[in-house]
Amino acid sequence: MTQTRKPAPKPEAQNPSFSTSGMKLIVPLQGVVQGRGGLLLGTLVPCALFYFLQLYLKRRRSSDATCATPPSEPALPRTSSRSNLSARAGSISRVRISRLASQISRPDDSLYYVGLDRVSIDPFHALHNPHGVIQLGLSDNKLCFDLIGEWFARSLEGSVVSTSLSINGIAPYQTFDGMMELKMALSDFMHQVMGESVKFDPSNMVLTAGATPAIEILSFCLADHGNAFLVPTPYYPGFDRDVRWRPGVDLIPVHCRSADNFNLNITALEQAYSQARKRGVKVRGILISNPSNPVGNIMTQDMLYSLLDFAEEKNIHIIADEVFAGSTYGSEKFVSIAEILDSDYIDKSRVHIIYGLSKDLSLAGFRVGVIYSFNDSVLAAAKKLSRFSSISAPTQRLVTSMLSDKRFIREYFETNRKRIRQVHDEFVDCLSKLGIKCAKSSAGMFCWADMSGLIRPYSEKGEIELWEKFLSVAKINITPGSSCHCIEPGWFRICFTTITLEEIPLVIERIRRVVESCKSSS
Amino acid sequence: MGFGGNSQQLLSKIATNDKHGENSPYFDGWKAYDRNPFHPKNNPQGVIQMGLAENQLCFDLIEEWIRNNPKASICTPEGVHQFRNIANFQDYHGLQKFRNAMANFMSKVRGGRVRFDPDRILMSGGATGANELIMFCLADPGDAFMIPTPFYPGFVRDLCWRTGVKLIPVHSDSSNNFKITREALEEAYKKAKEDNINVKGLLITNPSNPLGTTLDKDTLKSLVSFINEKNIHLVCDEIYAATVFSSPNYVSVAEVIQEVEHCKRDLIHIIYSLSKDMGFPGFRVGIVYSFNDEVVNCGRKMSSFGLVCSQTQHMLASMLSDENFVTTFIEENSRRLKKRHDKFMKGLEEVNITRFPSNAGLFCWMNLKSLLKEPTFEDELKLWRVIIHEVKLNVSPGSSFNCSEPGWFRVCFANMDDETVDVALNRIRAFVGRETKKPVGIKRWQQNLRLNFSSRIFDETTVIMSPHSPIPTSPLVRAT
Repeated sequence: MTQTRKPAPKPEAQNPSFSTSGMKLIVPLQGVVQGRGGLLLGTLVPCALFYFLQLYLKRRRSSDATCATPPSEPALPRTSSRSNLSARAGSISRVRISRLASQISRPDDSLYYVGLDRVSIDPFHALHNPHGVIQLGLSDNKLCFDLIGEWFARSLEGSVVSTSLSINGIAPYQTFDGMMELKMALSDFMHQVMGESVKFDPSNMVLTAGATPAIEILSFCLADHGNAFLVPTPYYPGFDRDVRWRPGVDLIPVHCRSADNFNLNITALEQAYSQARKRGVKVRGILISNPSNPVGNIMTQDMLYSLLDFAEEKNIHIIADEVFAGSTYGSEKFVSIAEILDSDYIDKSRVHIIYGLSKDLSLAGFRVGVIYSFNDSVLAAAKKLSRFSSISAPTQRLVTSMLSDKRFIREYFETNRKRIRQVHDEFVDCLSKLGIKCAKSSAGMFCWADMSGLIRPYSEKGEIELWEKFLSVAKINITPGSSCHCIEPGWFRICFTTITLEEIPLVIERIRRVVESCKSSS
Repeated sequence: MGFGGNSQQLLSKIATNDKHGENSPYFDGWKAYDRNPFHPKNNPQGVIQMGLAENQLCFDLIEEWIRNNPKASICTPEGVHQFRNIANFQDYHGLQKFRNAMANFMSKVRGGRVRFDPDRILMSGGATGANELIMFCLADPGDAFMIPTPFYPGFVRDLCWRTGVKLIPVHSDSSNNFKITREALEEAYKKAKEDNINVKGLLITNPSNPLGTTLDKDTLKSLVSFINEKNIHLVCDEIYAATVFSSPNYVSVAEVIQEVEHCKRDLIHIIYSLSKDMGFPGFRVGIVYSFNDEVVNCGRKMSSFGLVCSQTQHMLASMLSDENFVTTFIEENSRRLKKRHDKFMKGLEEVNITRFPSNAGLFCWMNLKSLLKEPTFEDELKLWRVIIHEVKLNVSPGSSFNCSEPGWFRVCFANMDDETVDVALNRIRAFVGRETKKPVGIKRWQQNLRLNFSSRIFDETTVIMSPHSPIPTSPLVRAT
C-alpha cells in the first residue's frame, strides 16, 4: 500500500510530539499549577486543551474522509490505482477486511512461495527461454505424461470417455462427497497403489477437490480454533496454510535430525507434547506425511505402531498424509497406516488418511482428493463440509474410467517407478560428485540435499543467502529447509521429476557454478 | 481405551454443532424426495422435486456446442494434445483465458453495460465456496452481516458455519412487496450497534432467491449509499443474473457504482456462479469478483481450497468466449424460462393460487395463505408436510427462508421436463380442489417430519444412477 500524503498539515497537530511544541504548553501549565488556581486549573486547563485537540483532529479526519479526490494533491498522478485512492481517503477511516485476510494478503514471506512466484515470472523453456528459472521447487511429476496422454487417445477411440460426458448425467447437482462409482474406483486404486496388502472401503471415503481442502476439512473436524497438531519437521510448507489459516489450528514442530536420517522418534514426540501441555495448548492430533515430504523417507511398521500407541495413550488423532504412496522407487516397501490397523485390538476411529491423485497420477489440475476415515462421526461431518470443495462431475466420470482400466494403472505404476528411480539415482549421483550428500530416501519426487557445508554463516541467514544465490545467479528454484521448518540449517529440497533425464546435466552445471563460487569465497 | 463412546467428544465444535443448517425443513423435504423420487415410468407416484433451484432447460444447447467444438475438451482426439498442459495446471490464479472468458460472459449477461477485469476474478468451489470465501476475507468470527429476508437457507451454512460470522436479518413483508427499505436497514443497523455487534456488511441476492425479482436502480443506489455511509461492505450474490426473463431489465451493482458519486469501491464484492445461469452445478464453478485489491490478493490464495478443475476451465474458456454461442444461449435461456414460468403461472391461476410477481429466477414464491387454518408458522409446516406426503411435491416452506410472515412457499419449475410440469400442476389442482371443498382441518400425516437416518442403509439401486439418468441425485443423499 502506498503512503498517504497529507495536504500541508501542521505537523504538531497531526502528531503531538512532546518536543519543543510540547514544552511550550507544559511550562506555562506549571506556572498555573504553582501560582493562583493551583491544582484545579492545573487539571482543568490541560484537560480542556486535550479535549479541543481531539475535537480538532476529529474534524480533520471527517473532512478528509468525505473528500474522495482531494483537489489539492497535484503531486499524486490522476491514474493512481484504486488502492491508492482508498489509501488516501481511507487511511484515516479505512474499511477493514478480516484479520485473516490482512494477514494472508501481505506478500508471502515463506520462501517456498516466493520461489514459486519467481519461476512464474521467468519460467525456463528449453527453446523459448533457455536462461529462465528452472523449477525444482514444485513436486510435480512430469515423467509419465506421455502414458496418460496415450491412454486418452486410445480410450477415445473406443468412445469410453465420450459417452460418459453426456451432459444430462454430469451437469446437475451430484452427491457432494463424490460419486459412488468414483469412490469404488479409488478404493481399488489405493489398494493397488499401496502394495495390495490392505482393502479400502468406499463408504469410508469423502472426496474433495484436491488433498489441500482434504487436510483443511479434517483440521476443521478434529480440532477447534486455538488447538494444535504435532507435526514432525521438516514438513511440507503447504501445511501451514491448510491447517493454520482458516481452521486456526496451530502446528507444533517435533524436530527430527539428520543423525536419525530425519526419522521421527517418540521421545521427541513426548517432549513436544508435554511442553505444549505446560503452555496450556490442547493437542488434538499428530499430522504426519508418509512417505515424507520433503525428506522422502518411509515410516517403518514399528514406528507406525509406536505412533498408534502414543495416540492411544494421549487420546488424540493421527492424520496420515499418504499422497506419495505410489511414488516409491527404493528398496523399502511402503506400509500404509491402514494396513497396521487391520488387527482387531486397535482402535481405528482415531486414524484418518489423506490421499489424492495430484502426485501419483500427476493430475493436480483435476483436483481429486480423498479423506479416508474409520470414524463415522468424522465422515458425517466431513461429508457436509465437502460441499465447499467438491470434485467437478465431468472429472469424476473421466477419472473413474481411467482408474477402472486396471491394466493401464499397473503398467503406469511400473513405468513411473522405474523412471523416478532412474532420474533420482542419476541426480543424486551427480550431486554427490559435487560434494552434496542427500538424505536416504525411498519415495517422493525430490531429494533432501545437505548443503550445510556451503553456507556462511551456519544459520538460517546463511541458508537464505544461498537460496537467493541459487535463484538469482544459477536460476534454479529449490526449497530451503527453513520453509519446511527444519531445525538444522543448510538442507534443501530439490524436486527432480519436473525435468527430464536429458536436462539433468544442465541443472547440475548450474548447481556446480554456485557450489564453486561458495567454495572460492570461503 | 480409545475413543469408543467418546467419539463425538473428540471432534471439534464445528463438526458437532448444528450450524450446517441441514436440520432445516428446507433439507428435510429433499430427504423425502430421495426416499421416493418421481420417475415418469418407473415411479409415477413418487415425490416431484420442486425444492431444488436447478436449470435444466438448455442442456441441448450446451451438448450441441460441446459436440461441435471437440477441441475444447481434452477428452477428444482433437483436444487431447492439450492434456499435458491442462492436467497438471493448479495455479490459483486460474487459466488467463478462463478468466478472460468469464469476464466476457459476465459482461454479456449484463447487456455489455459494464466491463469486468479478469484479474479480479477469483475461483472457488461453487457459489457455496464463493460465499464462504468472501466471508473469511471480510469478517472476523463474531462479526455480523445484515441480510434481507426472505433469504436462501443455505446462507446459514455458507456464511456462518466455519467462519463464525453472525447473520442479522432485515425483515420485509408482503405489505410493501418485500422491498428492502432504508428505514429497515437503519433500524437493524442501529439495533446491532446497541447490542454491541460489529456489523461488517450487507449481503443481498439480486435477482432474489426466493422472490424471483430484480432490484431497481434506485433501490440499488440507496443500498450503495447506505453501505458507503456506514463504511461497511456490500456483497451482491448475482448468481441468477442470466435467469431474467421479463422486464424490468436486470441492473447489476457493478453498473450502479459507476453512477454513484464518491462510491468507495473497496466495499463492493460480487458473487457469481454458472450453476444457475448455465445449469452446470455439477461443474462447481464459483466466482468471487471484488473491487478491493486486498480481498483479491487474499481470496486468490484461499481459492486453493476450491479451485475450479482445470479441465473445466479449459472447456469454459472456449465456450464462454464463443460470442455467438453466448448471445444465443442467453436469449434462448430467457425465452425458455419465460415460457416455463408462464405455463406454471397459468396452472396456478386456474386454481386461484396467487404468487409474488417475478421476472427472474428458477422458481416462484407462492402464496398459500388461504390454505392455512391459522396464519401461523406451525400451520405452515403442517401444510407443508401434507404437500410433501399427500400431494407428493417437494416445495420449500417460507419459514425456512426466514420469511417474517407465514403462508409463502417457494416452488421450483426449471429442473424438470414439460411432462413433469403437467403432472405437478395436476396434483396441485387436485389438492387445492380438495382443500377448498374441505370445511376445516387439514388431514395430518406425520407430526414430525424429522426423518432419521441413524443407520446408513441406502438403496444402492436408486442411488447409483446410470450416467443417462434424468433424475438428478440430491446432494444430501447421505447427509446424516
